[in-house]
Order: sequence, then structure tokens, then C-alpha cells
Amino acid sequence: MISLTIDGHKVEALEGSSILEAAREHGIEIPTLCFHEALEPYGSCRLCVVELETPRGPRLVASCVYPAEEGAMVETNSEKVQASRRMTAELLLAAAPHAKAIQELTVRMGVQEPRVSLSDNDCILCGLCVRACKEIVGAMAISLVNRGFSKEVSPPFETGSNSCVGCTTCVFICPTGAIKLEDVLGNRSVHRWESDFDVRACKLCGDHFLGPEVSTDLEKALTEE
Amino acid sequence: MTVLKTQAELVELRDALVTRAEGVARLVAVCGGTGCRALGSESVFRALESEMANQGIGDQVTLKMTGCPGFCEKGPLVVIRPDGLFYQGVRAEDVPELVAKTLVEGEIVESLLYTDAETGERIAYERQIPFYAKQRPQLLGMNSRLDPTSITDYISLGGYAALSKALSEMSPEDVIEEVTKAGLRGRGGAGFPTGQKWRITRNAPGDVKYIICNADEGDPGAFMDRAMVEGNPHRLLEGLIIGGYAIGATRGFVYVRAEYPLAAKHLGMAIDQAREYGLLGRDILGSGFDFDIGIVLGAGAFVCGEETALMASIEGRTGEPRPRPPYPSESGLWGKPTNINNVKTWANIPIIIEGGADRYAQIGTERSKGTKIFSVVGKINNTGLVEVPIGTTLRELVFDVGGGIPGGKQFKAVQIGGPSGGCIPREHLDTPIDYETLTELGAMMGSGGMVVVDEDTCMVEFARYFMDFVQQESCGKCVPCRLGTRAMLEVLTRITQGQGREGDVEYLLELGGQIKQSSLCGLGQTAPNPVLSTIRYFRDEYEAHILDRCCPSHACKPLIHYSIDVEKCTGCGRCLRKCPAEAISGAKKEPHVIDREKCIKCGTCLELCKFDAVVVE
Repeated sequence: MISLTIDGHKVEALEGSSILEAAREHGIEIPTLCFHEALEPYGSCRLCVVELETPRGPRLVASCVYPAEEGAMVETNSEKVQASRRMTAELLLAAAPHAKAIQELTVRMGVQEPRVSLSDNDCILCGLCVRACKEIVGAMAISLVNRGFSKEVSPPFETGSNSCVGCTTCVFICPTGAIKLEDVLGNRSVHRWESDFDVRACKLCGDHFLGPEVSTDLEKALTEE
Repeated sequence: MTVLKTQAELVELRDALVTRAEGVARLVAVCGGTGCRALGSESVFRALESEMANQGIGDQVTLKMTGCPGFCEKGPLVVIRPDGLFYQGVRAEDVPELVAKTLVEGEIVESLLYTDAETGERIAYERQIPFYAKQRPQLLGMNSRLDPTSITDYISLGGYAALSKALSEMSPEDVIEEVTKAGLRGRGGAGFPTGQKWRITRNAPGDVKYIICNADEGDPGAFMDRAMVEGNPHRLLEGLIIGGYAIGATRGFVYVRAEYPLAAKHLGMAIDQAREYGLLGRDILGSGFDFDIGIVLGAGAFVCGEETALMASIEGRTGEPRPRPPYPSESGLWGKPTNINNVKTWANIPIIIEGGADRYAQIGTERSKGTKIFSVVGKINNTGLVEVPIGTTLRELVFDVGGGIPGGKQFKAVQIGGPSGGCIPREHLDTPIDYETLTELGAMMGSGGMVVVDEDTCMVEFARYFMDFVQQESCGKCVPCRLGTRAMLEVLTRITQGQGREGDVEYLLELGGQIKQSSLCGLGQTAPNPVLSTIRYFRDEYEAHILDRCCPSHACKPLIHYSIDVEKCTGCGRCLRKCPAEAISGAKKEPHVIDREKCIKCGTCLELCKFDAVVVE
């Protein structure tokens, strides 16, 4: 075990855990967007920044990727931390003004009108869909492409991917609802990836499940294991 | 050619090469750097080759296409050694006279000499030219003496002696100790002590270790790494092999941007030759040390100059930085301890090992030792590469070496460290340049790109240019960098378009501060610097744009207006005929008028008017 100080409290953490994990373990809440317990941390949204005491003075680090170190002194809600989170939230709102999760976040942070307008795209490039597709599903049907402001999530060559299995994990993990699922008349579409599948509706609950081709593949995969 | 198996065999080979060269008295060195090639140095070289054969002096003179001697402004350059007779702006049609007069009769061709801009005097020899007078070319000096595609040229000038010394007389710890004692600091810009970095990687647990040379030079206006790799690739290889030995690595990689084809080509040739001579591969010089080097071409992403993104790129993944820790020295390329240094850092190593740390540390300041290469570009007379001791003042660099500002204009500022750096204004011209002083002034040593700007440059537009560059080159992974730099660009753009709002400067300062603090990697953490430093020194220009809706440098088009001074206008009609927008009207010999609605602010009338009647406000 490692011991460190978070917000003035001495806490213990498992070796190899992040500051975020150590804090949450002890009921200290740190806001996150791109973090998910089931996935490798990515460190992209910077909402989870905390103030860490270092030999060269205090600095902000992303708690989801920064390891909890012996003797570390961490502040999770200092004025500096709050100012940074507010700016991040304001920027996200400037880029995704209609995403509900972002609107709620900015209200919580006390951010009003963003001072610039950048775009109107619900996708905030947190990478959860990409990581889930890779780490949980193992399909790797989508990835982050391009750079800077042109960065986006896309299947290879921006065309429907053969690797997509229609599992819709991406749809459910997306924090802003930017990936839409449509089950209509025996057809399932995830428009964002140009994925189309035949589906059947369950006679009991009405929910849709995947059609014969994929279920056969799945059955085969399961028997092989 | 034989594989060199011992230190003695290397010495024997060098002696043989030196003896052979003694027979030929003169060397004609044609610059083969990318800059001079673009100006036609290849045709000059071919013309020299055939003309020398025609005149029958081919065996008395050695002709070489060498690396870059730095004075790019005056290319194509031809230097005749050993005297150092310096010909500039040489064209193929000048060659017959050059050969007949200089090489055959021993006379100087006056028309090809350098003319001093201030005194108007012609200067014949390299060492007398002010551009070279204050330089200490430790790293670049060899460039114009050797053919970069020839390993024997390098060996004959003492090349690989440092490697053989390290392998036969020094333990890896001795090498690290020597580098530490020399006080060498990372030349990529951050200035981390090189010896210390090496020691951390050497001590990191693991059997497999890697070293990497970062040659992904991407700052606008920076081209010293290119000149080093193109002009003297063996020096870099020698530094890498010594580093590999000291750190305990068995493999090295040079990450060269694909936009440097000549550098990659020369480096590839150098690696092949070093392998042939037994200087790379198994059992180097009979020491039992195995080491090899591979080249990886970058695919055009500026962010791949960041070490973790660079490693991701070598591994074949998207060039995105990852958070540190773990640092590359613990877990780098393919998870193995890895040491990354810049081209110039590696190239300094043979100098330190050969001459010793004490000698090396004689040059420089208390905290920063050695020389530093700057690429001096922009509004300056002597564009080119300059190598000076660390601690040289900006004034010496800009006015003595750089020759001052063209057209009698006023110096305004110099941007140091590219898009990560900051600008330094006139009042700090006497600052000695080292890592700390530059950081205190809000700039950064960076890789050494230096962009000089004069009174005609608008500092808001200048900051906007760099912000546009970084927001395009941001990898887009983290929010502060992807969206923050974009937001800064939006605000800067509206200011330069005359739509700035009160509070914009404060917003830029706040945004800049946050981006620096919370971005994931060095790109974002330094991206706001050009904006922050221009606000620090030229806040009045920002305020003039926002509050007075005017651009003091008359550079931002939406904020300027052209008009004609009726007192001065003679009605000659020159501007009227050439105006592309047909915005000028007026009868002959009567004062003309510019229609502001139609005027596209191209500046044609201003350039054409012989009576200074066109006014810009």
C-alpha cells in the first residue's frame, strides 16, 4: 500500500493505482468525462486535473493517468483546479453547445455563455467509443483520425467497416449521445459509422437483437472458445 | 575497404588518407545543402567538374559537393581551401572565369566576392566576413570541408576517433561522467542535462534499451538539424554509437521528417558505410560492443517532435503524445528504457569525448556550456545558420552576425524557439542568450529557430500566425490544446479583422495561462507563448486594434485605408492604370481619388507612386 495526502486527508491506495482511483476509493469526487472504469485511462478531457505538490512547485496533473505516489500531496478542489476545470468546461460548451451532458457540466461548474463559438458538434472526442470498441469488444472498427480541430472518430477510410459487429457498445458508452442507434423494421443502423445490420425484434419485450448472420458468427466464436 | 577491427587500424586508415590528400593542394567546396541546391549549386558543381577537366587541372584540385557552411542568404556558395577564398552567388555561367582566373592563374574574381552592406567593401576570405567573425563553428565547421557521402572524408578529418577512444579507453560510466562534466544540456530546447538523462536510462532496469535521435525538426524557420544531418551525417552517427555504448543500448533510431529527403539519403548512405567499415553492427572496432541504427521517416506531423508521440510513431501508431510518467527513460519505445536526444545534442558528443569535458566547458555561460546553432531568418540581411557560444547577446546575433535589418527599417523583435517560444523586443537586445534568461523573458531556447521582425510587422498578426500553426498541428487529443488554441486563434483573428472586443486581451491571457497549465504535452504547454509574450511586450498594439480599430504597423488589411494626398498627387495616372480593382479615378494632371468601397488594399498604388502621394492609415 501507498500512503498519500488528498485534500488534507491521509489516505492509503493500492500500488499502481491512479490519483483518481485513490480519491474515489475514499469518497472524494473528481469530475471526469473521458474516464471509464472498464477502460484504460486516456487523459484527454483534463476535467480530472488536480493540484500536485512537486519539488518545482505545485502543478496540475490529470488524476486519471497520474500514478498515486508515496507521500504525494494532492488538492482536488483548489482555486487553481476549479479555474482550470471551468475553462475546460467553457471550451467544451463552445464546441458542443447542444450536448446535454456538457450543458449540465457547465451549469455545475458555474460557467455561463462561452466567450467564443467554435463548432456545434456533439462529439467531444473523449475516445470512449474507440477504446470500448478496441478494449471491450475487440472489434477495432473505429478510430480517431486527423489532427487538431479536424480530429474525428471514424471507421477506416471513412466508409462502413467490416469489423463493426453491430454491438452498439459505442452508442451506450458515448457521454453526449453523439452516436445514434436506429432499429427500424428489422434494420439496425449506426449512421455515424455507416453500419447496417438485419435485426429481429424480441417477441416478448420488443427490443431488437441481431439477425442470423451475426448470431451464427457469434455462436461459432463462442463454441470455439 | 576492410572492416576496421581495432583502434590501430582506424589510425592507420586515417594516416593513409591524410597522406593521399597531401598531394592535392586545393579543395573547391561547393555547398550541397538544400538551400544552395535550390539556388542551383548542382549545376555549378557540374560546370566546375567539366571546366576543370577541360583546363586539365582535375588532378591538382579536389572538387567536392559539401555540407552547408551556413550563409544561405548568399548561395550558391563556393569556398576554395585552404585559403578560404569565399565566392558567393555563383552561377554556372561564372564557372569558366572562376576556373581560368582563380584555379589556373591564382587570381581573385572580384565580381563573385562578398560585399559588405555597410562599408560597400569587397571581402575575399571567409574569416574576414562579419557573418563568420563572431561564430565558433564547432558543430558546423566540418560541413564545408567534407563530402557528406564519404566516410573516408570524415575519417581523414579525425572522424570516429572519439568513438574509438570511448570504446578502447573509457568505460560506459566514464563516458557518462565526461558528458556530465562537460555540462552539455539538451539542444532540443528544454535544456535537460544530457549526462543526467543518460545515467537515468543506463540505470533503468531492463536488458533491452533504445536510443533515439529526434530529427523531426518542424519549427517554422528552423533548419539547423537538416544542415547537420545533410552536411555531416557521420558526426551524428558517431555521437549515437558513443551514446549507445554509454547507455547500454543495442539499437538506435533516427526519426527524420520525410520533408528532408536529402538528409535521409545522406544518413542512409552513412549508415551503410559505417556498417561496411565495422563501425556499426557486431563487435564494433573489436570492442565486443554491438550496436545498429535504423532510420524512421516521419509522416509530416509536427507533434511527432514530442518524444512520446515520436515513439508512438516509430511503433506504427498514431502520433499522439501520452502522459508522463512513466518517462521514456523507464518505459519508452516498446515499453523499454529509451533515451531521446536532439540531433545537435548527439553531434556534440564526439567533440566532448575527443577534446575532453574541460575544454568543452570553456565555451558558454556558467549554467549552459558549449555552442548553439541558430537559424536566423525573417527581416534580416544575413539569413542563414549561425553557431555562436551560448551567452552571446541577441544584439551581436542580429546586428553583427546577422547584418541588421534590410531596407534601413527598425528592428522590432525576434521570435526565439518557434511556435513554442516567445518574442524578445528591442529593450532586451543585450541579454546574453541561454536557457534561463530566455525563459525569464517569456521565450524559450527551443531548437534555435530565430525569426526577426521589423517595424512593418504587426505583432498581433504575428502571434496569430503561430497560433494558426499550432492549432493545426495540435494532435487534438486533449481539450485545452485542441479547443483552447482554436479559441485563441478565433479571438486573434477577430482582433486583426477589426472586430476585437474589450476584454479580449484579458481572455487571451486567461486562456493562455490555462492551456499552459493543463495541456497534456509540451506542444500545448508552450503553444500560448507567442501570444503571451507579444501581449507582454506589445500590449499597446493589441489595444490599438481593439480600442482604436487601427493597426499601428499598417499590416492588418481590414484596419487600414488607402488615400491620395491631393497636395502631392500630380495626376500622372500610373496608379489609375494599374489598379486591379479600378478603384482610382481622376482626370489627367488632376489629383486622383481612391474609392474606399472598391479598394482591395493590395498596395499596388503605394508601390507605383513616384511622388509618395499614396497614404496608408
